[in-house]
Amino acid sequence: MGLETIFGNSFLTSRVDEAVNWARKYSFFQYPFVTACCGMEFMSVWASTYDIARFGAEFPRFSPRQADVLFVVGTVNEKLAPSLKRVYDQMAEPKWVVSFGVCATSGGFYDNYATVQGIDKIIPVDVYIPGCPPRPQAILDALIKLQEKVSKETVLKYKGLK
Amino acid sequence: MKAIESLKEKFSDKIISHDSFAGQDFITAKKECLKDMAVFLRDELHFDFLSDLTCVDYKGYPGRENAPRFETVYHFYSHKTKERISLKFPIEETSPNIDSLTGLWLAANWYEREVYDMYGIHFTGHPDLRRILMYEEFKGHPLRKDYPLKARQPRIPHED
Amino acid sequence: MEILEKIKKIAGNNSVETTEDGKIVLNMGPSHPAMHGIVKIYLTLEGEKVSDCDVEIGYLHRGFEKTCENINYNQVVPYTDRLNYVSPFINNVGYALAVEKLMGVKTPERCDYIRTVMSEISRITDHLTCIGANAMELGAFTVYFYLINAREELYKLGDYVAGGRITPNYTRIGGVAKDLPEDFAQKTQEAFKVLEKNLSDTEKLLSRNRIFYDRLKDTGKITKEEAVSYSFTGPMIRACGVDYDVRKDSPYLVYDRFDFEIPVCSDGDNYARYLVRLEEIKQSVSIVRQALKQIPKGPISSRDFSVALPSKEETYSNIEALMAHFKLTFEGPKPPKGEIYFPVEGGNGELGFYIISDGTHKPWRVRVRPPCFPITSALSRLIKGGYVADIIATFGQINMIGGELER
Repeated sequence: MGLETIFGNSFLTSRVDEAVNWARKYSFFQYPFVTACCGMEFMSVWASTYDIARFGAEFPRFSPRQADVLFVVGTVNEKLAPSLKRVYDQMAEPKWVVSFGVCATSGGFYDNYATVQGIDKIIPVDVYIPGCPPRPQAILDALIKLQEKVSKETVLKYKGLK
Repeated sequence: MKAIESLKEKFSDKIISHDSFAGQDFITAKKECLKDMAVFLRDELHFDFLSDLTCVDYKGYPGRENAPRFETVYHFYSHKTKERISLKFPIEETSPNIDSLTGLWLAANWYEREVYDMYGIHFTGHPDLRRILMYEEFKGHPLRKDYPLKARQPRIPHED
Repeated sequence: MEILEKIKKIAGNNSVETTEDGKIVLNMGPSHPAMHGIVKIYLTLEGEKVSDCDVEIGYLHRGFEKTCENINYNQVVPYTDRLNYVSPFINNVGYALAVEKLMGVKTPERCDYIRTVMSEISRITDHLTCIGANAMELGAFTVYFYLINAREELYKLGDYVAGGRITPNYTRIGGVAKDLPEDFAQKTQEAFKVLEKNLSDTEKLLSRNRIFYDRLKDTGKITKEEAVSYSFTGPMIRACGVDYDVRKDSPYLVYDRFDFEIPVCSDGDNYARYLVRLEEIKQSVSIVRQALKQIPKGPISSRDFSVALPSKEETYSNIEALMAHFKLTFEGPKPPKGEIYFPVEGGNGELGFYIISDGTHKPWRVRVRPPCFPITSALSRLIKGGYVADIIATFGQINMIGGELER
């Protein structure tokens, strides 16, 4: 079938994808947008017992411009919503969003005048973690899920080609 | 003499009622005498600690159809005598205002801002009465009984 | 003004926002690395000195009080977990005690002991988190790991008892959800061993550490009179020389049966707050040990079926209990008309529940007296006149917990 058969799997773009994705998925620089109770569990995941560093994602960057992953940890209310949107907009591509805990995912059991019913009403989300708050194992699982997702992406996406 | 007795004696004409529930004293008085009572409590009876300040909306409360709609509630504590006392001041819906205690307790500042934010009670003499928990654009006062539980007022548009 | 000129020179003329008299205006927060919790501080800086500031809160207002008016009494318990999420058991207990007092219910002795033990464990986690996070922000990352590891042991303990690490939802009105496991005392001792080791390491690393000491000493200072006027409670007021502790001054549960001290420090600065918290952890450990020795056997819930759920065995074998089970699950307890203000000693100070009942199954009003609220109202007073770097130390020691502050 022409040239492709000679090149096999070694065609240039796919190889670049793999190399880039491999590098990306083990070096998440996260921006913890910590608001509420889930932050306590987030602290536990950082510390030595659960050790998020094993996944190469331990390093927080407190400037959104330097971060790849936005962790929205906890309830977001109407007053805070513009700030969250602004933080997201400031992040450079490629960027991913993890919605941490049920409040960020759907508003949880706070269904009233003050709360936003899930951050996906404001910004796009890649991985949702249920739980109130999620246990550390769930958080690590979400991180692995995100790594899987990242490993399937292509660099062409960010060039507007795909 | 117990603090409550001296308070009742001093303000006998202003006190509307004195309820005792589960060992706790609640004194309901006219709102004009709030400041005098607070000063008397603090300076004479050693209630130096404003434990809490809040408000209650009694709209639709069974048995209070003709009573004033709001009531501000003050919980005092004395570090010296270790006593607690609670004062309540009914406020009509038509004139939702009461004196501010900011000159007497520094803590009253934020407490009163919260009550203003949640109930729309105006504190006369408050130096900086503006919303504290909700945002400036918010219309209405969420803890009033006639504010619907789920009436949201988003600051930025939500997508579905 | 010289400093400002220098900054302008370095940063280029337009990148520093200044007021007319040459001061720098800076927004700190709501999402800021040093603000663990979301609060916004508008700072006016004169060089590095804070000449004016205003604190804005409300970024975690979740409508707790309004929600409570629309659900029944038992349904409020999980919401109380999320008030002060660093010491959830204390909120559970405080709320349950308030409603029980409103209803005139007496709980069995074993239940009181269990509540005391869990409250004190919660207080320890609260203080550990406060000191750990504060130390981390000041650069002592190792201490953070030590203390979080110790906290992890206590979370495991809470998980073992209640089935939840952070939000245990443990108390019920009239009792607790389930009894302590049989080997609880032994597990607690093991956890405390880790805690005590990590705590003594922390003390060695921090208490006489030059950097830590210098950054906490004499920063965020406040006088006793002002602290009382600001309605400070908990470790904050005890660091100012007032020995106010609800556990001693109006004892609830079984606190009057234990031998424990209330640590007081008279300096009123951040270092005093740190010392008070450290000592309180040790006192809490001692309370738990005493309680586990004294704890009697017996029922863990009130036998009044209109208040607390009967046990499962009884529900399936006794028609009265079965009916009560249905009624209580669907409707919840029904306190008489009345009102109550009940304070307990939370992690940050006096945690009061003011509950008004209109005689139905739903509370008319649930007001929480959050200990953080008056303390945070003094934040601008505490940081005014200090340096920007002191804000971090002071804010950490205030231990502002958003869930409780803004509810």
